[in-house]
Amino acid sequence: MLDKADGQIITENVRLVHAVGMHARPAVKLTKLAKKFQAQISVRVAGAAEWINAKSVAKIMAMRAAHGSTIEIKASGSDAQAAVAALVNLIATDFPDEAS
Amino acid sequence: MQGGAAGLAFRGRTASIGFAHGPLVRVDAGTNGERIAGSLVEEALDLRKAIDAASGQIAELAAIAGGEAAQILEFQVALLEDEDFIEAIFTAISEGDAADVAWRSALDEQIADYNSAEDEYLKARCSDLADLRDRIISILRGGGGEAPKIPSGAVVCADDLPPSRFLEIDWSAGGGLALLRGSPTSHVAMLARARGIPMVVQLGAIPEIGATALLDGEGATLELDPSAEQLRLFEKRREIHRKSRASARAILRRPTASWRGERIKLLINIQRVEDLDHADAQYADGIGLMRTEFLLAERGGLPDEETQYRAYAAVLRWADRRPVTIRTFDAGGDKPVPGFTIDGEANPFLGVRGLRLCLARPEIFSVQLRALARAAVHGNLRVMFPMVTAPDEFESGRKLFVEIVQRLQAEGIAAMLPELGIMVEVPAAALAIATFKASFFSIGSNDLAQYVLACDRSNGALAPLMDPLHPALLELIARTAEHGRRAGTSVSLCGDMASDPRCLPALLNCGLRELSVNASALAQIKQTIDRLSSGGGLG
Repeated sequence: MLDKADGQIITENVRLVHAVGMHARPAVKLTKLAKKFQAQISVRVAGAAEWINAKSVAKIMAMRAAHGSTIEIKASGSDAQAAVAALVNLIATDFPDEAS
Repeated sequence: MQGGAAGLAFRGRTASIGFAHGPLVRVDAGTNGERIAGSLVEEALDLRKAIDAASGQIAELAAIAGGEAAQILEFQVALLEDEDFIEAIFTAISEGDAADVAWRSALDEQIADYNSAEDEYLKARCSDLADLRDRIISILRGGGGEAPKIPSGAVVCADDLPPSRFLEIDWSAGGGLALLRGSPTSHVAMLARARGIPMVVQLGAIPEIGATALLDGEGATLELDPSAEQLRLFEKRREIHRKSRASARAILRRPTASWRGERIKLLINIQRVEDLDHADAQYADGIGLMRTEFLLAERGGLPDEETQYRAYAAVLRWADRRPVTIRTFDAGGDKPVPGFTIDGEANPFLGVRGLRLCLARPEIFSVQLRALARAAVHGNLRVMFPMVTAPDEFESGRKLFVEIVQRLQAEGIAAMLPELGIMVEVPAAALAIATFKASFFSIGSNDLAQYVLACDRSNGALAPLMDPLHPALLELIARTAEHGRRAGTSVSLCGDMASDPRCLPALLNCGLRELSVNASALAQIKQTIDRLSSGGGLG
C-alpha cells in the first residue's frame, strides 16, 4: 500500500528470506541503507507491538526476526517512498553483497 | 618434573585444523585496572574520544584483514554508529554514571540478551560484543587498546578470544590458539580457519603452568611441556598433515574417488543451509546428511511448514540432481528442545528421542513431513529417520508420510513421497538389518559406537574406551554393508569416523562405498582414498 502524497506515511510488507533470519550481517546492511535516507524509518515483525528505528543496529538485532517472518516497514519524510522501496528490495533480494 | 605440567594432555573440540609448537602464552581480558571518574562533562567527552579511537582501530583492522574479517568488524562499527544505542549511554553519564560504568552496563545488557538466545549463531556474537566492550574500557583506562606482546609462533591460551584481539596478534610466523571455552562457530574460529591458524576450543580447565605447548588442531589436543616422545609423534602427525594438504587440493577437483576400481561416493554432512557456502562443498557427490535440528533452535518456537520448506528446497536446488539425504528431527538425548522433548527422563540417551519422539508428537512431525514432501519435487530427496529400533517404527513413520503426501496432492499442492531410509545407530537395528524394508541405510557411527561400547561420548574419562575401530563396531558396520550389497540397497556412513583418515581403511574393508563427511574434511578424505587405492599407506 503506497501513498504518493508528500509527508504521508508510506508502509509496505516484505518477507524475510534470509536463511538465518535477521542476524549481524543483514542487520548491518539494513541499517546502513536506512541511514542513506532522510526519512524516519521504522520496522517491526508483522504484528509486533513496537515499531523499531531502522537506523539502529542494536534494536534491529534485538528484534530477532526469524527466517520466513514478515517485516513491516513504514517511513515518513521527503524521501520516504524511495527509502521503503530500497529496504523492501534489500530484504526481498536476500541482502546481496554490493558490487563495489 | 620441576614444572608439574610435563606431558599433560588436554582434549577439546576442533575449530581449525593445523599444528603449532611454540611457547605457551596466556592472554587475559586485562580490564581489571582502576579508573578515576571526572566531571559529567569530562566523562561524556572521554567516552566520545574512546569511541572515536575504537572506530579508528577497528577500521584499521578491517582494512588489514579484509574479506570475512572485515564484515565481522563492520558489526562493531555499526554498533558504535548506532545513535539510539550510544545516546542511552550518554544519558546514563549525564545522570551521574562514570563513562566506563555506563558503557559496560549497556554492553553487558546486550551480551546477556544475546547469551539467552537459543540460537548458537546469536550466542557466538557475544564474543564480538565483549570485544567491543573491553576495547573501549581499555582505551578509557589509558591502555590505548595496544596489542598484547606475544612472541611469534606462540600457542595462545585464553578463556575466549575476541576477533579484534586475534587480528592484533602477528600470526605470520604461525602459532595456534587454545581456548578453554569458545565455540567452533565463533567469528574468531572463522578467522582462524581463513588464516590457517590451528585452533582448539572447549579445552576446559587447564592448570596455570607450562612453558611450551603442542597444539594439534586435527586431533583437538593440547600437550604441555611435551616429552621427547610426545614431540616426535607430534612432528610426525604435523609432517603427514603438511604433505597431504598440497596434494589434497589437486585431488579434490577430480570427478570421483575410487578404490580398487570401485567408485567411492563422497557426500557431505551439513548442520544448516549456510554450510553449503564452504568452498569445498561443490566437489561433493551430494549431501549424505542434512541435520534439521537447527530449525528447532530458531527463536519463536517450533518452525512452521513454510520456514522448513524453504530451507529444504534451498538445499535441494543447490544440489541440483545430486542426492540430498535429510534426517528428520533428531531431538532428545543430548539435544533437548523446549516444547518438544520430554523433560525429566532418567536416561535421555535411552529415552524418547529421534523417531520415537517424532511418532509421539505427530502434530510436530507432520509439519516437517509436509515441508519435506513439498520440497521433494525440487530435486533428488531422500529422507531418513533417526534412532530406529524396530521395523514397526519405520513403517509407522512411512504410513504417516504416505498419508501426508496424499493429503497434499488432494489439496492440489505439488508434493511427492521421497525415498525413505533409516539411520543405523541402535545396535538392534544393525543386527536385524534385513528386517527393515528401507530404500537406504545410513550408519550413524557416533551413536552406534556409544551404544555398542556403552560409553557416553562426551565423558572424557571414557575416551580410551571410545575406540571407533573396536571390532564389535566394525562387525556391525560390515554386516550392514554386506546386507546392502546383497539386497541392492545403498549403505553409507555419516559419523565422525568417515571424516577420520585413520578409520578409512577399516571402513572400505568393511565394504562401505559411500561416506558422508564434513565439507572441511572432503579434500583430505578424497586424497586418502586415492592414496590407499594406489597401494600407499595413510602417510
